[in-house]
Amino acid sequence: MMKTQTKSIIAAVLILLLLAAIWGLEQVLPASSIVFTVLRKGAIYSLIAVSLNLLNGFTGLFSLGQAGFMLVGAYTYAILTIPAEMRDSVYMYYDGGIIDFALPVPVALLLAGVVAGLFGFLIGLPVLRLKSDYLAIATLGFAEIIRALVQFDGFGPVTNGSNVLRSFPVFHSTLFPFIVSGLCIAVICLLINSSYGRAFKAIRDDEVAAEAMGINLFKHKEMALVTSAFFAGIGGALLAMFQMMVQARAFTSAMTYEILLIVVIGGIGSVTGSIIASFLFIACSEWWLRFLDAPMVIGGFSVPFLRPGFRMVVFSVIIMFVVLFYRKGIMGDREFSIERIYQFFRRRFGKTGKEAETHE
Amino acid sequence: MKKFLALVMTLAMVLAIGAGCGGGGDTQQGGTQTGDKVVKVGIFEPASGENGAGGKQEVLGIRYANSLQPTVNIGGEEYTVELVEVDNQSDTTKAVTAAQSLASSGVSVVLGSYGSGVSIAAGDTFKTAQIPAIGISCTNPQVTQGNEYYFRVCFLDPFQGTVMANFAKDEMKADTAFVITQLGDDYSSGLGAYFKQAFTDLGGTVLEAQFQTGETDFNAILTNALNSDADVIFAPSSIQTAPLLIQQARQMGITMPILAGDTWENESIINNAGQYATDVYLSTFFDENDTSNPAAADFVTGFKAWLNADPQNLTNNGDSDGVAAVSALGFDAYNVALAALEAAGSTAGPDIQAALPGVTYDNGVTGSISFNENGDANKDMAYIKTINVETGAFDFLKTQSIAD
Amino acid sequence: MDNLTYYIQQLLTGLTVGGQYALIAIGYTMVYGILRLINFAHGDIFMAAGFFMVYMSATMPLYVSLPLTLLLTVILGVAVERIAYKPLRQAPRMSIMISAIGVSYLLQNFATYYTGGLPRPYPKIPLIGDVIVIGNVTTSWITILTPILTLALVIGLVMLIKYTKVGMAMRAVSRDFETAQLMGIKINNVISMTFVIGSFLAAVASVLFFSKYPTVTPTIGAMPGLKAFVAAVFGGIGSVPGAVVGAFVIGICENIIKAMGYTTFSDAFTFVLLILVLIFKPTGLFGEKSTEKV
Repeated sequence: MMKTQTKSIIAAVLILLLLAAIWGLEQVLPASSIVFTVLRKGAIYSLIAVSLNLLNGFTGLFSLGQAGFMLVGAYTYAILTIPAEMRDSVYMYYDGGIIDFALPVPVALLLAGVVAGLFGFLIGLPVLRLKSDYLAIATLGFAEIIRALVQFDGFGPVTNGSNVLRSFPVFHSTLFPFIVSGLCIAVICLLINSSYGRAFKAIRDDEVAAEAMGINLFKHKEMALVTSAFFAGIGGALLAMFQMMVQARAFTSAMTYEILLIVVIGGIGSVTGSIIASFLFIACSEWWLRFLDAPMVIGGFSVPFLRPGFRMVVFSVIIMFVVLFYRKGIMGDREFSIERIYQFFRRRFGKTGKEAETHE
Repeated sequence: MKKFLALVMTLAMVLAIGAGCGGGGDTQQGGTQTGDKVVKVGIFEPASGENGAGGKQEVLGIRYANSLQPTVNIGGEEYTVELVEVDNQSDTTKAVTAAQSLASSGVSVVLGSYGSGVSIAAGDTFKTAQIPAIGISCTNPQVTQGNEYYFRVCFLDPFQGTVMANFAKDEMKADTAFVITQLGDDYSSGLGAYFKQAFTDLGGTVLEAQFQTGETDFNAILTNALNSDADVIFAPSSIQTAPLLIQQARQMGITMPILAGDTWENESIINNAGQYATDVYLSTFFDENDTSNPAAADFVTGFKAWLNADPQNLTNNGDSDGVAAVSALGFDAYNVALAALEAAGSTAGPDIQAALPGVTYDNGVTGSISFNENGDANKDMAYIKTINVETGAFDFLKTQSIAD
Repeated sequence: MDNLTYYIQQLLTGLTVGGQYALIAIGYTMVYGILRLINFAHGDIFMAAGFFMVYMSATMPLYVSLPLTLLLTVILGVAVERIAYKPLRQAPRMSIMISAIGVSYLLQNFATYYTGGLPRPYPKIPLIGDVIVIGNVTTSWITILTPILTLALVIGLVMLIKYTKVGMAMRAVSRDFETAQLMGIKINNVISMTFVIGSFLAAVASVLFFSKYPTVTPTIGAMPGLKAFVAAVFGGIGSVPGAVVGAFVIGICENIIKAMGYTTFSDAFTFVLLILVLIFKPTGLFGEKSTEKV
């Protein structure tokens, strides 16, 4: 066993090392390298996946509304930060829109979360009374309603209707999404480990028992939903920054499914699982499996099946395997911690007689 | 011990990432490795999605140009041109990813895309990566506006909208037009808006309706059109939408002419709409039977022979050896890119971007190409065509330019 | 065009759309009734049926390709159940739903891969696409045929459920899964039968749908699928007539909204309806009061 203090120090050192490594990479590699695409998108998806996991994994609320919250966050951020002088060209079908100010990036990011959280709160009022699959389908429905509202022509002067929003400030360093996502995930972790978090888990494990213990079901569920929406909103804003543009029609239920699959691969109820799965998912889909899409000829022999689209087929087959045969995902509901690695290595290398016994 | 471990782990991770980065992106294409020096030209086109069929035709023009002109002289050295193709899937979000993968594979200049929405969406990505892009048939003004890295070789929608408005007013004798546009698609809404403006300026009345991306049922909208006193329908939209709209209109007994923009010049529309594709008019960039330009005549003969030599090419061209305007534009865009590389004398993006405004390409199949201060080609002629249901081809009707 | 003709024309369109949704919705409602599973892949089965027809008819005459399409779709539907749902029968409901989402993802990606992502033209079936003029209304045969065929199939299905042994078994299983098993009902056969019927009707729906909108794309099943599901919930999930009524209501309302010019809300309306039903009458129009299992 390690002392808490030692653990925090190691964690801090690791995080600093990670950030330094990213900084180092940015100095060495060209800015357009695929590595940065993977790292940035991976960091953003980590945050979104963890926010969904908070609902699905820790509170047991099967929600499929994440794309809607991301949409709200992304749009809030974009609408509030487009510089006034660019508005005429962005809102070209709506005479420059009705907003003529631009907020600083951190404020807009925070507001993206707040507005998304507000939507979460309002949606929670009716839907949290529903259970399991009905809840899932109702949240999915709300996500679609949000998408329709944003695309509505009448709101065009604010939302630009269903047209693209662009020209808002974006980040140029990979450190930015890492730091923002990292902070957000840290807050989620604190929440999970607080008494609220224990209440969430109690609700997940047995609603009736939790209620009998005096946990206010509705209040806690609402809290989980609002928190999840808040961070999904920030994630959406980061995604908009990453893409340098945002359009409502991209935030379909297919996007939620993708995030849900990430959570499942990582392990429902594991924060680190979601993070690892996010990076794996993005790295595979953007980078490592790309070769499957290109026709390949080895020694005059054309490799069968390889053509555009094959990557996604292989990918979905892998996902089905995980879902069917490896239902716990990469991490199950455990966490990847320094403690665990320490124990692992101690068992391996620093074994004393006593520990060798426990090691079967 | 622990700290050492942490350090080792972090280092291992960094190394793993670093070691792998050589292998990304550039798996495409082997082919013509004659020279030692290689310059990469990115092709940013849809090969799937609602405009996939058009993107494929554009790529055919580029590949044909590449087969004729596989090398380029840059700064006194002979470089082999390597084409790097990505599929932007006709989707604005996927387009950004596709553009990023092009940037990471180290292309010097990008050609594309078919469809304005994807070009606008990816514009900032190219700009940030400092890679100049030459749009081929993206006609919306926003593509090049405020983006000094985006150029284009085709005419613009304000022009095209005016051309079609004139055509509707003068040739079709229309007083009221029913404009159907696709929500959230910059090409469709833009062209619709410019048509509306020009048509009302000419003294006509415009009725409007919109549909969502992915919509298949246009009956409600078309019933409204039928119930109105419109004389003509103007429906700029994607290749996928066109046959659905045409068929449903004709099945409902709508006999008024249907007008559209350049996207509708695609064989798959004729194949899918079949006997219903009567009275359909569209404007486009080029006509294969226009022999006034010797470069065009050469191109048409050569391109047809090249198409027929490979069944795969024919399939990509929609099982026909008709020469699409976008193939001709693709051909021109490739040659403009080579001219820019030569003029820049460098493979670095900023150098090429600086050289492009000064490039004038006179042998263009679609006419001489030079750029104005926005990076748009100076073009002032559109070809109006109609669908011939009997032959299953596009018949040339007239050329139209606007005087003012 | 006078007002009456206008309304008739709009109503006809709504009925056709409703008929298509109804046939898909039955698959949802039956599967949910028995397995308590929202079969997210059902819309993609419908899409796959479209592609089967596209590829079959390229080489075969219609009288071969049409039955073969129906057969292949049924096989696909049952295969999905056997491979992706059956192993998870004892697992939590969330797992099996995730599996359904995974299947949907797989089918869409495979279709994208196989077709190269380009929309494919649907083969023309003779006669049913022809234009017909009734009074002042011009329309196509398919528009009239769809609601009629839908109703005929539904009546047939209701008879099957009411009066045959299989139907009785289905009702028993949907009432109480475990007791039915104890009573000697072969659960797996009943479930397979449900998927056979659901997929068959989805295949019929796909023939009707694509004859009217003759372009097949890999993601085309998603929206009709979701709407059909809402129709099933609206009508009271588990109830076949309820799903049909729900589907027609949604089809007609959606068309009215589009005709009024609020295209953006035509999809959203469906979901508003869903949420209203879930909040105020979770059992739907015709649903039976079920005891909430905790």
